[in-house]
Amino acid sequence: MFADFVDELSKMLAGDQLLTAKSELIPYESDGLTAFKALPRAVVLPEQQSEVVDIVQLCNRYSVPFVARGSGTSLSGGSLPNTDGIVIGLNRLNRILSLDAEQRIAVVESGVINKNVSDAAHPYGLYYAPDPSSQTVCTIGGNVAFNSGGAHCLKYGMTSNHVMGIKAVLPDGNLVELGGSSLENVGPDLVGLFVGSEGLFGIALEITLRLLPIPEAYRTVLAAYPSMELAGDAVAAVVASGLLPGAMEIMDNLTVRAVEESVKAGYPIDAGAVLIVELEGEASAVEEEFGNLQEIISKSGAYNVRSARNETERNLIWKGRKGAFGALGKISPAYIVQDGVVPRNQLGAALAEIDSLSQEYGVRVANVFHAGDGNLHPNVLFDNREDGMLEKAEALASEIVKMCVRRGGAITGEHGVGMEKRHLMTDMFSDQDINQMLKLTNEIDPKGIANSGKMFPADRVPGI
Amino acid sequence: MLEPKSVIEVQEAVNTASTTMLIRGGGTKTALSTSRGNETVIDLSNLSGILEYRPEEFTFTALSGTSLKNITEMLSENGQWLPFDPPMAKIGATIGGTLATGLSGPGRYRFGGARDFVLGVGWVSGAGEILSGGAQVVKNVAGFDFPKLMIGSLGRFGIISEITLKVFPKMNSFGTVEWDCGDIDGAVGFVKEMTRTPIDLFALDLESNGIVRARLGGLSTTLNNRLARLSEYREGAKIILGDVELNLWEHLREFLWLPDDYSLIKVPITPDLIPQLDTCFTDGQSHRKYSVGGNVAWIGWSGTAQEIDTILSGLGLGGLLIIGSPETSWIGTSSTITIFAEKVKRAFDPEGRFLPL
Repeated sequence: MFADFVDELSKMLAGDQLLTAKSELIPYESDGLTAFKALPRAVVLPEQQSEVVDIVQLCNRYSVPFVARGSGTSLSGGSLPNTDGIVIGLNRLNRILSLDAEQRIAVVESGVINKNVSDAAHPYGLYYAPDPSSQTVCTIGGNVAFNSGGAHCLKYGMTSNHVMGIKAVLPDGNLVELGGSSLENVGPDLVGLFVGSEGLFGIALEITLRLLPIPEAYRTVLAAYPSMELAGDAVAAVVASGLLPGAMEIMDNLTVRAVEESVKAGYPIDAGAVLIVELEGEASAVEEEFGNLQEIISKSGAYNVRSARNETERNLIWKGRKGAFGALGKISPAYIVQDGVVPRNQLGAALAEIDSLSQEYGVRVANVFHAGDGNLHPNVLFDNREDGMLEKAEALASEIVKMCVRRGGAITGEHGVGMEKRHLMTDMFSDQDINQMLKLTNEIDPKGIANSGKMFPADRVPGI
Repeated sequence: MLEPKSVIEVQEAVNTASTTMLIRGGGTKTALSTSRGNETVIDLSNLSGILEYRPEEFTFTALSGTSLKNITEMLSENGQWLPFDPPMAKIGATIGGTLATGLSGPGRYRFGGARDFVLGVGWVSGAGEILSGGAQVVKNVAGFDFPKLMIGSLGRFGIISEITLKVFPKMNSFGTVEWDCGDIDGAVGFVKEMTRTPIDLFALDLESNGIVRARLGGLSTTLNNRLARLSEYREGAKIILGDVELNLWEHLREFLWLPDDYSLIKVPITPDLIPQLDTCFTDGQSHRKYSVGGNVAWIGWSGTAQEIDTILSGLGLGGLLIIGSPETSWIGTSSTITIFAEKVKRAFDPEGRFLPL
């Protein structure tokens, strides 16, 4: 049966677009969450949208599960293959189809790399706002599937807030166009529903994005604090003042030291916590706000405050933050990143609880997070060569996420549920709520072939 | 008509209703909230009240029948507001009705629309289940984004009972620059130039007669300099400040320009298509206002729904009839009734307890 399926695939694709040898499949067995591995039976690499549609229709006909994959940067195991299915790699679907600077719209294929959109828009004074840390490699299609965030969500929102239209192939092979080119819409927000559906509703082929004018001015401040608590209080003070920074990020001492070792961003390595606040917008307004910000920071207990004097210094500050995950990889053989969210007034208490859980489990946790919106990123560091350590790290990571929900938050702020947090969905949603999600999935994907096994608890759907 | 005062009473109403249910909030959007015949009207204006407000978190949760006016007053006391500038607050619109119709005001240009501020939603399904989606924190991607799905869904998927929204610090002063660009072509050309300005425009509107208005909001200390800079973009700039300015935008946001007995239609559009749309109308039969940088047309229409449906279909545009006769909701080339939407409808309302798509 599967042989017939592969035979049909081979007729519709060129030789280098269909991979079946084990050595070729291994690079696809995992994504950004390397703790999970599963070998697909084949990988296809379509180059045209029509090929994707044909492949999905074939999968539907043969009831073969498929997992769409961009650059494989998912931190929740979102593109982990099914062992009885195929991976549809979309990196070759990488054309920017149009860029209308006057109407600030870009239409791109799903394999286009996030940063390439901003690079293409740059000559027109425009950019694409969502900036996940992996933006130099991650694809827009993956961003759409997982509603990716980034450091600047506080002011500009997530991927969903920047997508106006989607052309997608549904798991049953039907082609649909949702939304359009306008910022406005009538009728139910189907684009909003599709974004963040984690590949369960099919594959986005073409995405219409909203572009924004590049901010005229930035003011980026790096403040060092003796403790996480003081840095957290500073965030609360900035928010309470009515300022709306583009980003507010905190890193703890363990992360700061790892970053300095790896990137040399000039962070004070003795800091209990480092806070980055970035104001952006129109020059005169930013200058006025910067004065207010300086006053708040000066009263916040920071012992070292530095403002970027130019773009190079700004980039250096951000290089440290965006390189944090990579840097942690150098001080620990393996780690699990969680991204639970807590209400902002719970930040201090949540961090203290993470600290005590870390001690209780005897497992190190490095914290680097989007403080402005309460989106934690505790990195649970462990040695995967030691027996039982993965299980221990997973247990600690789950405890942290459950704590976030107990404090009125959410299990994931931007990485998605994927494989990794599916067992935690019941902590956040009632059985009825999950049933409603399943009813919808069953309507859209009656055969359960699109990224099946993700998002829902293993006992609620046929597992991987 | 049933008038539930609590979520439990909404559930009871659903179990009681013997005909298709039509959901009404403040009743300001007459075309959408008036019974077409034998529907059971579920009036939510008594399902009102703030369930939680945490100013330091910049979020609140309200029952869906809570009036925008009450919400705005509550937020204002803490220097906060709804940045999507919701319309029809003065005449009694509710937060649930605003979200169910997906309406935002001119200020949508700067920070996004109603869809961009909704965090969580609770609703009662056609089967009488009390369900929820989203969360009460400002960032969350767990599960499907049902809160967004409910935006603009006109009560076709369920009865929205409560809503969590994020809010922003309120801008403390405003000013507007107005230009006369001669005609609609001139206005569209200028708007397209203005959409790329690094000046943070709060609103950018244009009219059939060629008037373009750009609104700034922010700290009072920098406003005058910013307005002067904005004025330099084109000759003939007129700066409008104070109460005149506030009234001008209220006039637009509240549709005070709409003559009695005219219908009001919302049409999503792009700037390029505006001249073509505008030439389909004459001033005698209609009034047109273009908002959100030319991304939405508000059409005041004296003809029948059928006539404007034909005009919009001819242009490949879709629209929503907001004020007027309740025979139809979505008109023109509807992107609403897609295979995808039908699947969603089947999952949410398999028994057809609510109006069809």
